[in-house]
This record gives sequence, structure tokens and C-alpha cells, in this order.
Amino acid sequence: MSKKTINHLISTVVPLPTENVDTDQIIPARFLKATTRLGFGENLFRDWRYDNAGRPKPDFILNNPEFKGSILVAGKNFGCGSSREHAAWALLDFGIEVVVSSFFADIFKGNALNNGLLPIQVSDAFLASIFEECAKDKDIKLEISLEAQTIKISSTGLTETFEINPYKKSCLINGNDDIDYILEQKELIEEFEKSKLY
Amino acid sequence: MAKTLVDKIWDAHIVSSKDGFPDTLYIDTHFIHEVTSPQAFDGLRNRGLPVFRPRQTVATADHNVPTLNQHLPIQEELSRKQVEMLVSNCQAFGIELYGLGHPYQGIVHVIGPELGITLPGNTIVCGDSHTSTHGAFGTIAFGIGTSQVEQVMATQCLLLQRPKTMKIEVRGKLKKGVGAKDLILYIIAQISAAGGTGYFIEYAGEAIRNLSMEGRMTVCNMSIEMGARGGLIAPDQTTYNYLKDRQFTPKESDWEKSKRHWKTLFSDLDAEFDKELTFDASKIEPMITYGTNPGMGMGINSEIPLEETVEKSEKASYQKALQYMGLEDGNSLIGKEIDYVFIGSCTNSRIEDLREVAQFVKGKYKAPHVIAWIVPGSKQVQKQAIEEGLDVIFEEAGFQLREPGCSACLGMNEDKIPAGKYCVSTSNRNFEGRQGQNSRTLLASPLTAAAAAVTGKITDVRTMLNLEPAMI
Repeated sequence: MSKKTINHLISTVVPLPTENVDTDQIIPARFLKATTRLGFGENLFRDWRYDNAGRPKPDFILNNPEFKGSILVAGKNFGCGSSREHAAWALLDFGIEVVVSSFFADIFKGNALNNGLLPIQVSDAFLASIFEECAKDKDIKLEISLEAQTIKISSTGLTETFEINPYKKSCLINGNDDIDYILEQKELIEEFEKSKLY
Repeated sequence: MAKTLVDKIWDAHIVSSKDGFPDTLYIDTHFIHEVTSPQAFDGLRNRGLPVFRPRQTVATADHNVPTLNQHLPIQEELSRKQVEMLVSNCQAFGIELYGLGHPYQGIVHVIGPELGITLPGNTIVCGDSHTSTHGAFGTIAFGIGTSQVEQVMATQCLLLQRPKTMKIEVRGKLKKGVGAKDLILYIIAQISAAGGTGYFIEYAGEAIRNLSMEGRMTVCNMSIEMGARGGLIAPDQTTYNYLKDRQFTPKESDWEKSKRHWKTLFSDLDAEFDKELTFDASKIEPMITYGTNPGMGMGINSEIPLEETVEKSEKASYQKALQYMGLEDGNSLIGKEIDYVFIGSCTNSRIEDLREVAQFVKGKYKAPHVIAWIVPGSKQVQKQAIEEGLDVIFEEAGFQLREPGCSACLGMNEDKIPAGKYCVSTSNRNFEGRQGQNSRTLLASPLTAAAAAVTGKITDVRTMLNLEPAMI
């Protein structure tokens, strides 16, 4: 089944220097009662974005009109905690296409890749540079090439390469998914079941 | 070649392996629940696919079920719809469902082991990060996202990269009043909430061997709280004793045959791990968390670390966490007044946890201002607790024994901690708002939680256990 594809992207950024952003913050549990993948963006970072009366909190970055863009840059260990894929759906639904951090939690990273949301792991120093540049100029852009596996800060030209599994890379560029790939191995699976050694 | 236990189980489940591609790994058992399955069933419908191996899939309703009056229709509309959708999906795709009202219903990570569905050497997945619990039986068990739930439904396989392996050895004996929950909170505090990311952890050593299966489940359950994909413990006599004669365990000659296989499930003596850590059990105190991730924990008599000891890049997050919790660095938590006590969740809601709490609170009464909930992990745990008369002890102590579910661990149902209130909780996460908007969670063991309920304050439970001062 064809999924969202991604390859090249140039965008302004939304900086969120908080560390250990867990998936309960990205999308609180009380919003997991929907039975489709749609509409979660409305409640992205709900309790950081709005107070208990539903009023926007002016000091939260998503409520700052000066920072808009499809690249979220966050502190290390982004996406830790619950396995809820709703976190990836919420980011995508909000319009985020790439998340940059110096460290991602495993399950979040897998969920993101399975939905065409690109997680880019950069060095601590590179992450710090992005935050510094953002503090100087809210309009800085990041330029990302998945093909070349590079990420560049437009204002300084500072560039870093990032790693991604080659199979996952081709899935993102071509819009393929894991089920298509595994279904091709149906005979192998049935053989495995017959010859199981345990 | 010498192999780790993880590699042994992994290798036995590889359907195909190709350079530059993830492995195709066979999954023995798939647990599903109401929250992370609807979109996966929809995906199958869109592709026109059946569930490939429905008999290897087991469903229950746990995340958003009420814990009072489960015999009545669920009042909250969205929760009711989600549970109803699980029922109709399981019917449509031929999946066994232990739903509301069923004698086997309960938290997915409690019922799998107690029914004997969780067996050593197996691969087990579920759309829930605490699937690592099942690793206590020597399984490769881990949480997955909904796209992967759909993959397993469609193919009984997952595409995965082989994880790195870590060995955590805990030497020596735990002190009196210190349990499995303290042990794992201590390890997480030592290596941080991200210290295990990318690894499967094998727990070993005397202190681990001495744990009951319930204790081992508590330890493996919280592997994810240090970022690890899963944690496991090699099976031994304790494992076999627990499993024997459970509902779905192999019987008679099949039992003997299975046991022969299970006895091969250990890491070879000279197996190499990517990382090895050793801890001394005698150094572990009853633990309590003070922050907003499970790595922010300390011995109960310690003081909250000073901000100046925190790395510069982490200072802002540290301040934010303490501000949220309404706590100050340098302070002790002993004597801090609390409002709620929650004993439950897939970490600590098994019969052994309830017995331990009952034994402690018998003849005592909770502090008047504290609300104390005990939520059993399953219908079977609830039934056993009543048969053993624990319900009477709880009632006389002012604790409310409710019906099974995930409950206030994540507050998807009505069981929420109000804004600003402190809850000593035996669950696994102290994230902001986890137990309700602006609620404040202090993670601890069942004994520490019970002590807090009785005194109304954070208390070193050992001062109430009639221990010699030298033992504290």
C-alpha cells in the first residue's frame, strides 16, 4: 500500500529544546479513543499548548506565530514512553514532516518511519547549533536531502550527514511499506511454521 | 559460537535474512487491546486481507474500561465505542476475546502469563510498550506501533533489525522492605530514562534469581522506562513452577518436551554482550521518584539532587520537571503530604502485590485525607483476592478494591488524579499529566505506597516493619 513519500525538504523550524519529550505529551492518553488515524493534530502537545480551560498558553512554541514550519527540532530522547503510533499521526496531521533530535526512542522512531515522518538523528553539537541559530533568527531554514542523507542549516551552511537503514530509506522515497515486503515471503513463512524447531 | 539468550531466541525465529534489509522475524503470540488495534483492523480491510493466524492472537479490553460497575454499559461514549469496536473486529476476524465480563479479562500483560499463554523461548508482541513484561519468562517480548500490529495480523511476522544486547547483573541480596520495584527504579535512576535505548536487556545475578515470577515481571515491565526495547530473564525452576498446570500451558508429555527445550534457554557462559553492567543489591533502598520521567528517582531518604549537579543542557528540563511537581532541589520527600495512593497497573497489580499490601495494612487504617485505590490486574486476581479475604482487609483499612483494568496508570477511564494532587503510584510512568491533567505522580513499590496511604505522607516503610535500626 502506498504511503506518504519524502525526499527533499527546505523549511523553517519549530524549536522545542525540551529533553525526554514523551509520547504522553505529544498526544495525551485521553485523546487515544479515536478509531481512525485522522484528526490527532488538533490535540498535538495538548497540555503544553492549552490550559485546562482550553486557552492557548502564549509561552509554548506552537502558539508563537513567529515559529512555523514542517520541521520540529527537539531535545534528546524524543518520543520516549508509550508505543502509541498516535504520536506520529498527530505530528503529521499538524503538518510536521521531519523531526530532528540528538536521540530518539526506538518505538517512536519505528512508528515515524512507518508513516512517512522522517526522524533525523544529529550530533549534540549540531542540535545545539540549530537552537542557537533559531535564537538569533527565527526565519532560519533547514535543508534536508534524504537521498544524500544530509541536513544543512541554511544561514551558516553547517551540514551534517545522518544515518538511516537503506531499506527504510527506499520505503520513504518510494512509498512502499513493510506489509508489501513481508507478503512477498508468504511461502517462506509457511515453510518456517512447518519446520519450527521449538 | 557462544550466544546470548536474545540471539538464541532471535535466530530460532528468523524467517528470512538479507544483507541491507531488516530480518523477517516470526511472532508466536500477538496480544491486542481496544486502543491500538482499530486502525490496524481498518488497514486489513483496506487491503482485503484476513488475520493470517487468528489463533495466535489474543484480545482483551483493559486500557479504557471502568473499574466500577463493569457489569453495566460503559458510560463514557468514546470508550464504549472503542470497546464495542474491539468486540466486532474480533468477531469479524475470528480472534479470541477476553472482553468485559469474561472471567479471563484483565490487563493484557497480567493475563498472558497467568493463563500460561506466555511461554519461554517465544516471541511476543503487543501494541503496548509494557509488553516487555513477558520477558520475565525468557521471551523476546516488546511493544509495537499500530502499523506493526497490522503487519503481525497480516503476516504473523515483523521486519526488525537485530537489537544490541545488554546484560544487567544484580549481585547479592535485597534488604528487608526492598522489592523488585525498588530494584528496577534504582537501575533506571542509575542509567537514566534513555540508558537502555537500542538494547534488549538480560537481567541476571543472585538478586534477580531470588525474585518470584511476579517480581521478575515487575523488573522486565519497566525495561522500556530506560528506553530498552525489552528485558528478559532466563527461565529456571521458579518459571516452571509458576507455569505448571496453568490454563494454556502444555500438559503431560508436551510439558516434559517443552521443558527440555526451555532448559536450553540461557546465555552461554562466554557469550558476548554489547554492554554489561553490574549492580549491588545491598545498596538499594526503597525508591521514590521526584520528577517527570522514571529516571528521576532516588532512595526514599535521599534529597532531590541539586540543580547544580545536573548537566547544563539538561538544566531547563530539570527545572521544568521540579516546577511541575511543586518540589525543590535539595529537599527530602520524607514527611511530604500526599493525596492519593494507586496500587495497580501492569507493573504491580498481581496477587503477590495485593497480598503484600494486605499483610502490611491489616489492622491499620489509611490517613483520613488520602484516597486509596487498589485495582487488580485481572478478574482472576480479583477473584483470588476475594477468596483469600484480602477484600475484607482492604475495606477495613479504608482502601477501595476495584475491578480490573489499566485505570489510573494512564487515566483513560474515569480514574484520574485531580490537578495539583500528589499520588504515590505503583505504576510505571510519572510523565506530566499521565494520571490526569496536571496530576503529580510519585512512583514507588506497593509497600511504600501502602505506607504512604496509612501515614498520609511519604514514609520509609521500613520504620513501620519493626526492623532493627541497623537493617535500615
